[in-house]
Amino acid sequence: MDETKNTHKISALDVIKIRNDFPILSQKVYGEPLIYFDNGATTQKPRVVIDIINKLHSEHNSNVHRGVHYLSDQLTRMYELARGKVQDYLNAMHSHEIIFTSGVTASINTVAFSFGEAYVKENDEIIVSEMEHHSNIVPWQMMCKRKGAKLRVVPFNDKGELLLDEYKKLINPKTKLVAVVHVSNSLGTINPVKEIVAIAHENNVPVLIDGAQAIQHQKVDVQDIDCDFYAFSGHKIYGPTGTGVLYGKERWLKEMPPYQGGGDMIDRVRFEHTTYDELPFKFEAGTPNYIGAVGLGAALDYLTGIGLDNIKNYEKKLLDYGTAKLTALNGLKLYGTAENKTCIFSFLLNNIHSYDVGMLLDKMSIAVRTGHHCTQPLWEHYKIEGSIRASLVFYNTLEEIDSLYEALKKIQKMFNE
Amino acid sequence: MTIQEIQEEIINEFKIFDNWMDKYNCLIKLGKDLPPIDSKYKTEDNLIKGCQVKTWFHFTFKDGKVFYDIDSISIIIKGFIALLIRVLSGQKPEDIKNADLYFIDKIGLRENFSPLRANSLWKLVNRMKAEAALYETKMNTSK
Repeated sequence: MDETKNTHKISALDVIKIRNDFPILSQKVYGEPLIYFDNGATTQKPRVVIDIINKLHSEHNSNVHRGVHYLSDQLTRMYELARGKVQDYLNAMHSHEIIFTSGVTASINTVAFSFGEAYVKENDEIIVSEMEHHSNIVPWQMMCKRKGAKLRVVPFNDKGELLLDEYKKLINPKTKLVAVVHVSNSLGTINPVKEIVAIAHENNVPVLIDGAQAIQHQKVDVQDIDCDFYAFSGHKIYGPTGTGVLYGKERWLKEMPPYQGGGDMIDRVRFEHTTYDELPFKFEAGTPNYIGAVGLGAALDYLTGIGLDNIKNYEKKLLDYGTAKLTALNGLKLYGTAENKTCIFSFLLNNIHSYDVGMLLDKMSIAVRTGHHCTQPLWEHYKIEGSIRASLVFYNTLEEIDSLYEALKKIQKMFNE
Repeated sequence: MTIQEIQEEIINEFKIFDNWMDKYNCLIKLGKDLPPIDSKYKTEDNLIKGCQVKTWFHFTFKDGKVFYDIDSISIIIKGFIALLIRVLSGQKPEDIKNADLYFIDKIGLRENFSPLRANSLWKLVNRMKAEAALYETKMNTSK
């Protein structure tokens, strides 16, 4: 039951075999094979994840912790085993540094509230970057408003690379925390998080990293990066929706007050005073999404089975091929051309509105995302409102990129461009 | 022409299209041909809220009829707007309020009017009807 590891360990990535692991990918849309390029929004689920969720509901469901019966013991063990899998995946020092949440948004809100309560005072400063997702801006703004603190913003260049010299200038004795995205969901830029953390730490400032778009594409070692917090969502890493992780260094998590109160997070409750449980439970109030967490564990096993280096190498091939192919198309303007990026193609086509392009690509069975992708300040940098975003992962193919190229040419023709 | 007669006319015109691409080519042409509204109407207040695609809505009343000025930054959405204006603009408020816009189904474009879509079309249709209904109420109370 505990073994959900991918059994077809392969040295190099066999995309046909991999696609067979994802039942949804074999379907047709409007009579044509589905081309799913909306992986930045959510990834599809391999059969091992689907199967284990089904199995847990069918055979094992029971609330975790404090149970006195067989089923509860069994699921508690699986839930904690999943925590161990996340710990291994991130190479965290302790399993109690892994908090299960409902996703990145919940993870960041937890830190924004609890860290804010513990350490932030009037006129203090929090640093974010110009390329953050709204979920790594708004929680900090809310906290700043509550505490009378200020938000400072690291700019980026036109290629979509953070300006580290500007970042260094922003750090000062009032800086309380740096919150920065690992990989931009709109541009694909892989930020130099290790360097960003080192600079902050020289000034005794902790760093939170939003890993929503990084964790599924490359190895992430939180001890090597030395970040203080790392957040990611399960559904973007082939796991179930409504799951997520907040990694926090023990020191911070111990000191910070809990975010939410309720069952499962207490030691002793009296009307006069309540004491809280140990980590990680202090930050997991209420019944956790234990089946989702086990599903997430299965997804991590699946990825480890394929090999993150294999995934990275294959996705780099997709990126190089796609970049060459799409930039050869007259009238296509690519946004996000950083040296170090993941396989995200954010673009505009001639003067055609992104929504029109997305609508017509849908008709040609190609699923992309259009609009601001929850990064409105990022698009202000380019003085546009958003883009068409094709975000590819290791089950996508070079042939699918060819299909996108041909579809875009058709759209240009429809608009007489 | 009545709302029903215009709808029948559009359904007939769309009968010659046997695939999605012809229909969308037609929408693109309609969108390109729809004259832009006066820039004074392109205000923040006139934007249909909560849409991915900026769409401005303005209306006037003349001789007991409602006239719409609508614009969008999406050509395809403008194509749909051109059809809606053709059907509803210049009609009596009572007829607009009660209009069953069955032509959308008949020409096979219903999916674009779903509240699940990030465009403004379903909100736009609601707004066109709501303003007509409001005007009708005002006319009746002032009698």
